[in-house]
Amino acid sequence: MTAFFLILKKEFRQIFRDPAILRLIFLMPVLQLIILPFAADYEVKNIKVGIIDLDHSDYSRSLITKFENSSYFKLAVYSSDHHQALKWLEKEEADLVIEIPPRFESTLIRENSATLQLVVNAVNGTKGNLGAAYTSGVIQQFNQEIRKDWFEFPRFNPEPFITVVPISLYNPYSDYQRFMVPGILAVLLTMTGGFLSALNIVKEKELGTIEQLNVSPIRKYQFILGKLVPFWLLGFVILTLGLVVSYVVHGIAPGTNIGNIYIFTALYLLAIVGFGLLLSNFTSTQQQAMMVAFFFMLIFILLSGLYTTIESMPPWAQKIAYINPLTYMVDAMRMVLLKGATLRDLLPHLRVIAAIGIVLNFLAIWTYHKRS
Amino acid sequence: MIEVSGIYKSFGKKGEIPALNDVYLDVKEGELFGVIGPDGAGKTTLFRIITTLLLPDKGYARVGRYDVQNDFRALRKILGYMPGRFSLYQDLSVAENLAFYASIFNTTIVANYHLIRDIYVQLEPFKDRRAGALSGGMKQKLALCCALIHKPQILVLDEPTTGVDVVSRKEFWQMLQRLKSEGITILVSTPYMDEASMCERLALIQQGRILSKGTPAGILSDYSGRLLSVRTGDIYKAKLALENAADVDDVYIFGESLHVKTQNLDPARIERLLAANSVEVFDIKVIPPTIEDVFLAKLQS
Repeated sequence: MTAFFLILKKEFRQIFRDPAILRLIFLMPVLQLIILPFAADYEVKNIKVGIIDLDHSDYSRSLITKFENSSYFKLAVYSSDHHQALKWLEKEEADLVIEIPPRFESTLIRENSATLQLVVNAVNGTKGNLGAAYTSGVIQQFNQEIRKDWFEFPRFNPEPFITVVPISLYNPYSDYQRFMVPGILAVLLTMTGGFLSALNIVKEKELGTIEQLNVSPIRKYQFILGKLVPFWLLGFVILTLGLVVSYVVHGIAPGTNIGNIYIFTALYLLAIVGFGLLLSNFTSTQQQAMMVAFFFMLIFILLSGLYTTIESMPPWAQKIAYINPLTYMVDAMRMVLLKGATLRDLLPHLRVIAAIGIVLNFLAIWTYHKRS
Repeated sequence: MIEVSGIYKSFGKKGEIPALNDVYLDVKEGELFGVIGPDGAGKTTLFRIITTLLLPDKGYARVGRYDVQNDFRALRKILGYMPGRFSLYQDLSVAENLAFYASIFNTTIVANYHLIRDIYVQLEPFKDRRAGALSGGMKQKLALCCALIHKPQILVLDEPTTGVDVVSRKEFWQMLQRLKSEGITILVSTPYMDEASMCERLALIQQGRILSKGTPAGILSDYSGRLLSVRTGDIYKAKLALENAADVDDVYIFGESLHVKTQNLDPARIERLLAANSVEVFDIKVIPPTIEDVFLAKLQS
């Protein structure tokens, strides 16, 4: 056991002596958690609207006013020329163009219905879809209002009328940041826990220092434990820093179940450090380790449900997502931070992470050789 | 103390030249044994097998009572190994490195200080400096201290004098002599033939094969020819002229002079031969062979 503590002591000495690692450990989580959630936001705002008004009536003007008043839209360009529409889209002066046809108002009054044309730039699919949906909403509302103008509703509805009132639970304002912050924190834990440990061991290989340890009586498990524990502990430092930033900057209070995050993280870090160790066994330079880590990190992030829901992935991708440890960490983090999940709620996730951790660490110890 | 028997080791594909080919070696207790050969001869591979870092394909090696394959755990306790590449922690200080290596062997600097005192006094002024910031010679001394600090019975040094200046090299060999007098068995490799005389016994190695073994004197007495050293105005022209001469077994450039291996030790004859080829001769003398001459002769045969 003393050998393990010796390695541990040496590791901490080296870590605290390396300014690059210190910066990575303390600055990276703080900066990323402050900046990223604001930028990584799916809410579509400031949609540029172009309007071609060929009617110039009261109705067309009041419809335009509706768009001007909406916070989602910005009236960018206005014209009375039908040919202008495509040019706007091409030059990206407008994200969508609404064309109000000639005699819009009179057709509407005479025939009780009229058509509008909506042209959307769908290069960015999300923005296009949401833009079209928001536009429909605005026009719907406009429609409702002019009907009100035309005839007064009777005191009691002659026909049954269903109104849906949505309530958003756990994230009452459907705030995208609240959704992203826990996920990003999970990614940060993965990067520092998994990849710093991998780089650390590979560094010993690259510099040849591992030779000296290999001819010493230090045992395989002592060496691996001595490497594992420092990064495991650093993970908790990062988690704590991250939680403080989430609270101070994004107002996410972890609630009374905060301890559950630490319990889950303890297990998760074991799994991810095991992954780092495994990685280090199959690479011999820090550059190799870096590239391989980067490859896995991308897969981990994209197939973790951090940005996109796993349920909407193709079946093969879902299978990968369900063996991806980050999937469970992201989900657990959201469960605790947003829903205040109890340990009982986390139990299924804990079981999977424990299994992944055992497999990864077993493989890591099994493939680590002191001699060839 | 060290017994290597029929070791065979190859890397990579079949059919390539093996790194070690049927190597036999025995090192007696308390001996200073040298393995001498050029780069790529197999010295490091041999040492890595002896130090339990590499498994041989065939054959066995024993160090003390221990087999390198089966008793590696016990063996690692009595072994001190200094790899050819500087492999201490560059970001730890001199004192921290030493303390770390002492402690992983369950001992302290104080307990075995007498072994390293002579070397460590030179390092002491820099003991708080990071190992990475030391000069080449100082790094070697620190590496030796770290390999010695657990009082090993056998010290294995892989090319400790490569890349070290002449004065430090000499000093390093003196340190090894002192350690030998402490009763430590020392196995050392070097590509420098002139260091052969520092060893009690040595083995010449080339392309994974042991060419010759024995005491320096013994190896030299194996030399089956006589040697003339010739200094001329045009060394290349002289070499060409002598290569085709009768009675001359071998001619090769040796530093600034030409070594001529021949049975007929008449300098006047060589001088006449060179004069006939219009080569100016500065100096001709009969010399005793050096280890390098033996090595080159062995390579010829």
